[in-house]
Amino acid sequence: MFCLRKYDLAKCKSPIRFINIVMLLAVMMCSSTVWSDTFFDQSMSKLLGKNFKSVTQGVELLAKSNDERAEQVLQTLLAGDLYRLKKEKRLVTILEERGKGYLVTDILVADKTYEVTSKRKIKRVAINNTLRTKIKAAIAQIQLTDTDPTKRSAAVVSLFDVVDDSQIALFEKMYEHEKNDRVRSLIAFGVAIGHLKTGSVVEKITAIKTLEDSLEPAVRNALQATADNETDKSVAAAATKALGKIDQKIDNYALMETLFFGLSLGSVLVLAAIGLAITFGVMGVINMAHGELIMLGAYTTYVVQLIMPNNIGASLFVAVPAAFLVSGLVGIAIERGVIRHLYGRPLETLLATFGLSLILQQTVRTVFSPLNRSVETPDWMSGALEINPVFSITFNRLYIIIFCLIVFAMLFFVLKKTTLGLKVRAVSQNRAMARAMGVRSEWVDALTFGLGSGVAGVAGVALSQLTNVGPNLGQAYIIDSFMVVVFGGVGNLWGTLVAGMSLGVANKILEPMSGAVLAKILVLIFIILFIQKKPRGLFPQKGRGAEG
Amino acid sequence: MKKLTASISGIAAAAALTFSASHVIAADDTIKVGILHSLSGTMAISETTLKDTMLMLIEEQNAKGGLLGKKLEPVVVDPASNWPLFAEKGRELIDKENVSAIFGCWTSVSRKSVLPVVEELNSLLFYPVQYEGEESSKNVFYTGAAPNQQAIPAVDYLMNDLGVKRWVLAGTDYVYPRTTNKILEAYLKAKGVKEEDIMINYTPFGHSDWQSIVSDVKKFGSAGKKTAVVSTINGDANVPFYKELGNQGISSEQIPVVAFSVGEEELSGIDTKPLVGHLAAWNYFMSVEDDTNEAFIESWQEYIKNDERVTNDPMEAHYIGFNMWVEAVEKAGTTDPSVVQDAIIGVAVPNLTGGISAMMPNHHVTKPVLIGEIQDDGQFQVVWQTTGNVAGDAWSDFLPGSKDIISDWRAPLSCGNYNVKTAKCSGQNF
Amino acid sequence: MHTDKQLFDRKSQVFLLVLAVVTVAVLGLNILVPEGSALHVSTYTVTLLGKYLTFALLAIAVDLVWGYMGILSLGHGAFFALGGYAMGMYLMRQIGDRGVYGDPILPDFMVFLDWKELPWFWQGFDMFWFAMIMVVLVPGILAFVFGWLAFRSRVTGVYLSIITQAMTYALMLAFYRNEMGFGGNNGLTDFKDILGFSLQSNSTRLTLFALSAVFLALGYIACRYIVTSKLGRVCMAIRDSEDRTRFIGYRVDKVKLWVFVFSAALAGIAGALYVPQVGIINPNEFSPLNSIELVVWVAIGGRATLYGAVIGAVAVNYAKSYFTVAMPEVWLFALGGLFVLGTLYLPKGIAGLMNRKEAVA
Repeated sequence: MFCLRKYDLAKCKSPIRFINIVMLLAVMMCSSTVWSDTFFDQSMSKLLGKNFKSVTQGVELLAKSNDERAEQVLQTLLAGDLYRLKKEKRLVTILEERGKGYLVTDILVADKTYEVTSKRKIKRVAINNTLRTKIKAAIAQIQLTDTDPTKRSAAVVSLFDVVDDSQIALFEKMYEHEKNDRVRSLIAFGVAIGHLKTGSVVEKITAIKTLEDSLEPAVRNALQATADNETDKSVAAAATKALGKIDQKIDNYALMETLFFGLSLGSVLVLAAIGLAITFGVMGVINMAHGELIMLGAYTTYVVQLIMPNNIGASLFVAVPAAFLVSGLVGIAIERGVIRHLYGRPLETLLATFGLSLILQQTVRTVFSPLNRSVETPDWMSGALEINPVFSITFNRLYIIIFCLIVFAMLFFVLKKTTLGLKVRAVSQNRAMARAMGVRSEWVDALTFGLGSGVAGVAGVALSQLTNVGPNLGQAYIIDSFMVVVFGGVGNLWGTLVAGMSLGVANKILEPMSGAVLAKILVLIFIILFIQKKPRGLFPQKGRGAEG
Repeated sequence: MKKLTASISGIAAAAALTFSASHVIAADDTIKVGILHSLSGTMAISETTLKDTMLMLIEEQNAKGGLLGKKLEPVVVDPASNWPLFAEKGRELIDKENVSAIFGCWTSVSRKSVLPVVEELNSLLFYPVQYEGEESSKNVFYTGAAPNQQAIPAVDYLMNDLGVKRWVLAGTDYVYPRTTNKILEAYLKAKGVKEEDIMINYTPFGHSDWQSIVSDVKKFGSAGKKTAVVSTINGDANVPFYKELGNQGISSEQIPVVAFSVGEEELSGIDTKPLVGHLAAWNYFMSVEDDTNEAFIESWQEYIKNDERVTNDPMEAHYIGFNMWVEAVEKAGTTDPSVVQDAIIGVAVPNLTGGISAMMPNHHVTKPVLIGEIQDDGQFQVVWQTTGNVAGDAWSDFLPGSKDIISDWRAPLSCGNYNVKTAKCSGQNF
Repeated sequence: MHTDKQLFDRKSQVFLLVLAVVTVAVLGLNILVPEGSALHVSTYTVTLLGKYLTFALLAIAVDLVWGYMGILSLGHGAFFALGGYAMGMYLMRQIGDRGVYGDPILPDFMVFLDWKELPWFWQGFDMFWFAMIMVVLVPGILAFVFGWLAFRSRVTGVYLSIITQAMTYALMLAFYRNEMGFGGNNGLTDFKDILGFSLQSNSTRLTLFALSAVFLALGYIACRYIVTSKLGRVCMAIRDSEDRTRFIGYRVDKVKLWVFVFSAALAGIAGALYVPQVGIINPNEFSPLNSIELVVWVAIGGRATLYGAVIGAVAVNYAKSYFTVAMPEVWLFALGGLFVLGTLYLPKGIAGLMNRKEAVA
């Protein structure tokens, strides 16, 4: 089915449902003999009410209703897209903006649209958290019979906390007709939880056997309750044993989770530092404006989203090359305008570029205001890949790890396999010799700096998805970036990758023990001590070029 | 070489002259009002708005004919988010510019920095931001919320209306969250919440990697009891926090977050999607339907020439504070700070939520407490509010060190720090 | 170069003379000229100048290691702040039972955090002499440990700069933590008196200003003594070619270490003079940005001249005070532009400009 909720609901046919015994049972459970459509009609008038109480009643009625439009109405309400047309007393959704007002459409009557002249003439049907919980529960009840197995599983899980005898009966009926394995096992857990609460000793023991394979928090809580409160010793012992087994698994997953957190933090560090690894590592330029080049990338993302507000999903794909260009060009300008006069005086480039960083910050502040800017997260970047109830991988972090690796691979390719890369390495190793061989060293310098800066801009796109886009964005990352590059070994891209990842993981392993701040301090102290031991970092550059 | 000597002493003489020449004698035909808000540096984001608010209020007052027949003259300085500079600029305002009152500061540390100066030179400071309490100075008027005007009602709401049983107190590691959480912890325990049902966590300023902490919150919240997060997380760290909550699949109805530092202004700069449904406790929301509020919003947007600009709680605090000062000066017939100090106690002015706020003898004000749910347009929908006004309590009743301390600046007590057990008045700088 | 082999060469004489004249003039104009007169220098201005003088002392400390020895320390703000904290702890203990909670021993923020007794590292700070030793000792020891590790393993140049930055950053994070026992973000404030003299009184302020000037002069002379001695020659040799100096047979690590420690102690003294004048010390002083900024004062004023550092510190800070009032938006542009143009076109700073003029004359 493909029906946008902003369009007419009446026209939009709900998915074909299982018309089976479960459905009927659901109706019977409501202990009602009234035909469900009456519920639906009543609910509509309740939803028109002005206070939470009336809307709540409307939702409760919708939950009982068997009307196939009920779910859509609830979803619309949940999304905050349901409006009340004040005068006509109709429930509507907004089709489009028309001048100062809207074109709205009736949710019940097909093709019925109203022209609203002022924004004040419609009022959103307001919901609060209590209502949201109710709506979601109602949707879950409805979705127990949905065609989509993921929705069915979610619905089953959401009922775990409220399993009672009637729910067990419902689950058991549902189990017979369910064909999807995952949903079946979930239903089995649900039944087992029910048995654990109310069943006989034998039933409880069997239930525990079933439950020890589940990682659902609700299951764990049910077992915990049994272990603590059960009077029968054998049952309590079995529950304790099952708990131990579950906790063991949870611990293993927690370890994996920490590792993932570490890698994702690491990839942020690598992204932020890798541009610096080129400008600082390969060219020997201490670019204190590196953070601001990252910031420019993030602001580029913001501007790109302003230009294409209707394609947020695709905006990031446009933003990456755009940010590369913007930061890269600014980088080239910095190199041509300032740094080229200061080669061989690394400490002075530090001062000059620090000045540049202040100028860039203030420019951004003047142009975009000192307030943070809102960069939207596309839908495909939000949410998580749920591997099991205790271990899920958030998409944004996952994509950023992948993105980091891609950027790294491309950079590596450019430096090792292209003529430009060859020239860059030649100039960085022996400028005079490279010039003698006909390399235009000035041109190579500018391009290398542009490349490093461009990569910083790309990092900014990634960071815009994780943190605030504001004038101070760059400052937050500059010190970390330097640490990563120095720790990894200047002039070595692999070193930067390994250093960033290992610092990320180390930070995350320390964090639960010592707290976030102390973890960071410990990592810094470790780097300081490490540099004393190996002044050239993890992977020192070898050969004559290394000295100096 | 002679020339060098001459040029150096020339520079020195010029510098000395510049310093002394900048000492201008104040004209007597205006009343000067000092505005001490950072216009650059990290706090500029929040404080610039308050400077503009003050300029607007002063302009409006002048349009109404000024004060005591004189025009008000704003004196704006920029302490640049640098704490020692607050003291320096404060001294400049009082000593050099002879201002009658100062409206300013945002962070606690900036207030602490300027406080000795204001007390020494006996001026007035109106402080408009919610803070940790545990302070009552003769010269400072706290128009923002004390913990009992924000944190405690919010917890009451969560406990009674949402049935929350498990609590995460998450904050940035500085004095406001530390104190607020101490108070809340004591309060919750007094309400019978067990130690293991409270989780406290502190993070540094601008913390951006929330993965582990949110994961811990998730685990903490999966124990089968309704869980809520009480957040005193500051400024920039909020966006990544809410994003991470959203990404790890924690919705506002599973684990609601109630924040004390997230207002309309903060929301206007961020993608509000992950925040929808979470809560905030304040004494004012822009969305409150009230005529005074509508008028205030209108004149603000007109003044700033941008009808997208929002209003927020600290702005209302300045509105209340400024009107109280104006009324007190009119009542006293003079701008002399030592007279105004006494005159302002008991002064009541309309606030922007349809009620009347009064200045208490402890230099805090009475205000209603509102809980709002964040909407996707960056506004708050009020879901709960106290039936009447709550009076700000300078010294928390839930901290062992301060439960016996009261503050009353009226004669005969005239003490901000009076211990009722030992009958001693301590910690006063005069 | 001209005559700068003597301890008191012409430029030093001029510098010390100007410093003395300005100090006496400012004090005189404050005490003798009645308030309201156009020539009166207010106490506010005196304190402001006192602050600049402590910055100048700090700048000299940086110039000593950077200008003369080639160590670009991006962590000198940390030594300054540590000296400041030592002084702040003394001032805090002096408050005694006049604190908000009236606790005779514990500072307010500890009562606040419900601490029961004074941590060991706060012991002794109620005694002035002890605190003053700590002002020098704490930054000195940190510099010693840090330098001993770094110089022995020959961490030089950019690497050294970056790990000094890491050091001050780590310290900043640490001092921001409330558990550390230094008052967290709020730092130490609300000081009452020093050696029994109220910090708010005019005479104390004037004395502190005069002391800052005296210490600046002493610091200048001490640094001058070092750079004109044989040790100074070795320093400059290290700056110009560390390896060669080592091969000739000098103990490069030792020379670097002791000069670095001395410089850190000097920075600590500057911090100790700074705190009572501004009335607060908080972890922001550790921020890496501050340390970079003070390096810039030296660069703008002119490296390896000492008096250049003083000129740079005073000039940049005066400009800052001026611009943040007059045009807050322009300030960062101006400062940034100053850095860029300064390094590009004025590699020898203001001092270099003055020398050039002199050469022309």
